[in-house]
Amino acid sequence: MSKVIVTADLCKQCGYCERHCPKEAISFSSDFNANGFKYAVVDDDKCIACGMCYTTCPDGVFEITQ
Amino acid sequence: MAKMKYPEQIVANIPFCPGCGHGIIVRLMVECVNELGYSDKIVMHQAVGCCSLVGLGLDWEMLVGAHGGGGANATGLKRMLKDTALVIAYQGDGDAYNIGLAETLNAAYRNENITVIAVNNTNFGMTGGQMSWTTLPGQRTTTSVDGRDSKTSGMPIKVPELIANSFDTAYVARGTVTSPAEIRKTKGFIKQGLQNQIDGKGHSLIEILSPCPTNWHSNPITDSLDRIEKELIPFYYPIGELKVKGE
Ligand SMILES: Cc1ncc(C[n+]2csc(CCOP(=O)(O)OP(=O)(O)O)c2C)c(N)n1
Ligand code: SF4
Ligand code: SF4
Ligand code: SF4
Ligand SMILES: [Mg+2]
Repeated sequence: MSKVIVTADLCKQCGYCERHCPKEAISFSSDFNANGFKYAVVDDDKCIACGMCYTTCPDGVFEITQ
Repeated sequence: MAKMKYPEQIVANIPFCPGCGHGIIVRLMVECVNELGYSDKIVMHQAVGCCSLVGLGLDWEMLVGAHGGGGANATGLKRMLKDTALVIAYQGDGDAYNIGLAETLNAAYRNENITVIAVNNTNFGMTGGQMSWTTLPGQRTTTSVDGRDSKTSGMPIKVPELIANSFDTAYVARGTVTSPAEIRKTKGFIKQGLQNQIDGKGHSLIEILSPCPTNWHSNPITDSLDRIEKELIPFYYPIGELKVKGE
């Protein structure tokens, strides 16, 4: 299982998670979610499951699984 | 790192704007209430303003009163509910510090056993970004189009300092949401404010400096975090505990 589950449709493309991820593991999609936002995408190879994205996200996009 | 899962009490996405600090603050309040074991013993007084959007996603008992009435209405709720539930007055700066300033100060003056969460985004956000009493000198809003002129409209109000220095309350703190470290610190302030209520210590006010990227016209949205770090905290609104009763 991936370290982080992303609920893409909740993302509002604010960029807070990308700014605070210590591993530069977050980028944005090229397509759009249900609300018309480009959504956060996590590179599982770079991710260390630190939870900074969960902590800073205003919209509950992330779940840290381990 | 422990597993982290968004609280189940937030049942739908709350329609705050992208990057709005309210979203982070709501999650912190729910996490604190859950961790204190009060998940089914909590009543929120939600203020008129962007706070009121919370009712569209948070499955808590709620009361909405007239604009600014949080201090008075939360008093009534707590006096009625006593130890059976925690009462949070969730308010914006315009609500708590302009329109409801009398109610806010009188609840503190009486040292009511409530927890006030005041979201300071330096404007009346919901109505399109008008000047509030926390608006910085020179800040452009829809009612200060050339920037706030403090000669005619006064200087930013600091209600946390006013209460900490004037009244015999339990706790006053100011936090922000600009980084994971600040968010964790702010969560600690909120939890302390709720613990004080559980212990019957009286009034706790936690002000939270919060981005309003829409009315601040922040582009990119993350510029709103820089504004708090560079313009709000160093000159007007220092972060930290301002008053802990008994210390
Ligand atoms: C008595 C009264 N006056 C004015 C309004 C209009 N009004 C609704 S929301 C709002 C702004 C609230 O601003 P604030 O408390 O700072 O919350 P924010 O939206 O910025 O989080 C105002 C002025 C109202 N609903 N009732
Ligand atoms: S858990 Fe940490 S490393 Fe992984 S994406 Fe989130 S912030 Fe980045
Ligand atoms: S912090 Fe949340 S809402 Fe903002 S871009 Fe990241 S995932 Fe999307
Ligand atoms: S107007 Fe400001 S405070 Fe209201 S939801 Fe939008 S960003 Fe948040
Ligand atoms: Mg406001």
